Amino acid sequence: MTSTVPTRTTSGAPAADRDLRRERQAWGSRRARRRIATVLLTIAGPLAILLVWEALSRSGAIDSRFWPAPTSLIPAAVELWREDDLLGDIRISLLRILGGFALGAIPAIAIGLAMGLSWPIRTLLMPVATAIYALPKIALLPLMIIAFGIGETSKLAIVALSIFFLVALNTMAGVLAIDQSYRDVARNFGASPLATFWAVALPGALPSIFTGLRLALGFALVVIVGTEFLSARQGGLGDLIWQSWQILAIRDMFVGLIIVGVLGWLLTLALDLVERVVIPWKPGSE
Amino acid sequence: MLALDAVDLTVEPGRFVVLVGPSGCGKTTLLRMIAGLDHPTSGSVQATRGDGRPPSNAVVFQGRSVFPWLHVRDNIGFGLKLKGIGRRERDQTIDRLIETVGLGGFDHAWPHQLSEGMRQRVAIARALAVDPDILLMDEPFGALDEQTRYLLQEELLGIWERTRKTVVFVTHSIDEALTLADEIVIMGARPGRILQRIPVPFERPRTMEAVRSDARFAALFNRVWDGLRDEVLASRQRPLGGAR
Repeated sequence: MTSTVPTRTTSGAPAADRDLRRERQAWGSRRARRRIATVLLTIAGPLAILLVWEALSRSGAIDSRFWPAPTSLIPAAVELWREDDLLGDIRISLLRILGGFALGAIPAIAIGLAMGLSWPIRTLLMPVATAIYALPKIALLPLMIIAFGIGETSKLAIVALSIFFLVALNTMAGVLAIDQSYRDVARNFGASPLATFWAVALPGALPSIFTGLRLALGFALVVIVGTEFLSARQGGLGDLIWQSWQILAIRDMFVGLIIVGVLGWLLTLALDLVERVVIPWKPGSE
Repeated sequence: MLALDAVDLTVEPGRFVVLVGPSGCGKTTLLRMIAGLDHPTSGSVQATRGDGRPPSNAVVFQGRSVFPWLHVRDNIGFGLKLKGIGRRERDQTIDRLIETVGLGGFDHAWPHQLSEGMRQRVAIARALAVDPDILLMDEPFGALDEQTRYLLQEELLGIWERTRKTVVFVTHSIDEALTLADEIVIMGARPGRILQRIPVPFERPRTMEAVRSDARFAALFNRVWDGLRDEVLASRQRPLGGAR
């Protein structure tokens, strides 16, 4: 959001100074009000859903055995935390997501840049990339288990694989969308291909790379929960949700679901923060 | 179809030459070939200085060419950095050029925070920073609204007074050409070629007002338009969709 602070430097008259001060104050309070409104609205959405849910469950309008009131989930969460190592499950899932994410995204960015910059590489990899991109990645879990065993490696691999093409294709699109004139400028100043890469292709593709990463985060979450469903008793939030469902511990299941949701939200916020640091020049990121 | 045919253009050092011609006459192509950005599919291009060596050049492009990911200072210093000029020397040149193009106080602004006219000033400063033998300007004010365009033309007159660069400037606009040029080169289309060279006698340093109120302005305008009219008509009668 770009806004300008009203400034006036020429006038020395006290009245004008007062006006200016008032103007600045008005501007400042408009901004503060906007910020408060943002926070309130952000909270209002989820809160409204929880309230309706609570009311429906308590009034008996919905079956509270399967739709337990949100407040009744709090003791369940506390118990899970104390007795069943809820924190451990969160940590396991988080490490799988972050590890798989790094493992997939870093080479994907490199390959995506190469695909964007060189048409032979692009033409060579495009059919494979589009085919695998369209495949539901969870269906590849058996193959990952054959290749990497039933331990952590196959879980990292499935997350990495599921986001790889998404990030690669977005990165490629980002490079291809860079205005030709930017490359012309670099060439006109005698930039080597390598210098052009660092000075133009990489920074120019960054916004698209982050679009890819944001989508990938969602995919990683989906795939890891699905994978944990299918890998019984190896921990993680997916395991918690699935095991709770199996023994009809509905409250525990909901705790798991809500934590997965909150985790996704927090990870997206973290990524936004990283983006703001890496792309300070993006309009609207100040 | 020939895009350019036997074009021979001599530019005296320190002269401001403006190429005008109908769309598709190859003015931009010629400029890009001088810059070494385009190469002919057949034939050859030779750009030489008086001493026979190729001249160094820097291009000011039309429209978006200022890097959105660099702030004003780094944009201006871009060419210098590529040439391996050290930080201190680079900073001195940037400081000087920021003043030259009137961007004082905007050192660390991002391009998206600037107006289109200010971004073109950055592009001009970036080209001047490498101190080229020739400054090549490809319709640099083409995307600006008319009033901003006048401001930038005046600005450019001032910058030219201070730097006395050899400039080759491409434009559609006859009065832009008359305002800026020492000499106007009229190009024709299909194949692109040089039709006429018209010296512009207005005294320097110039102002836009002085040029426009000069008694010779109207006559020169008509002379340039006379040279262009048939070419423009001919290029309008061709079906659309032909090669640029």
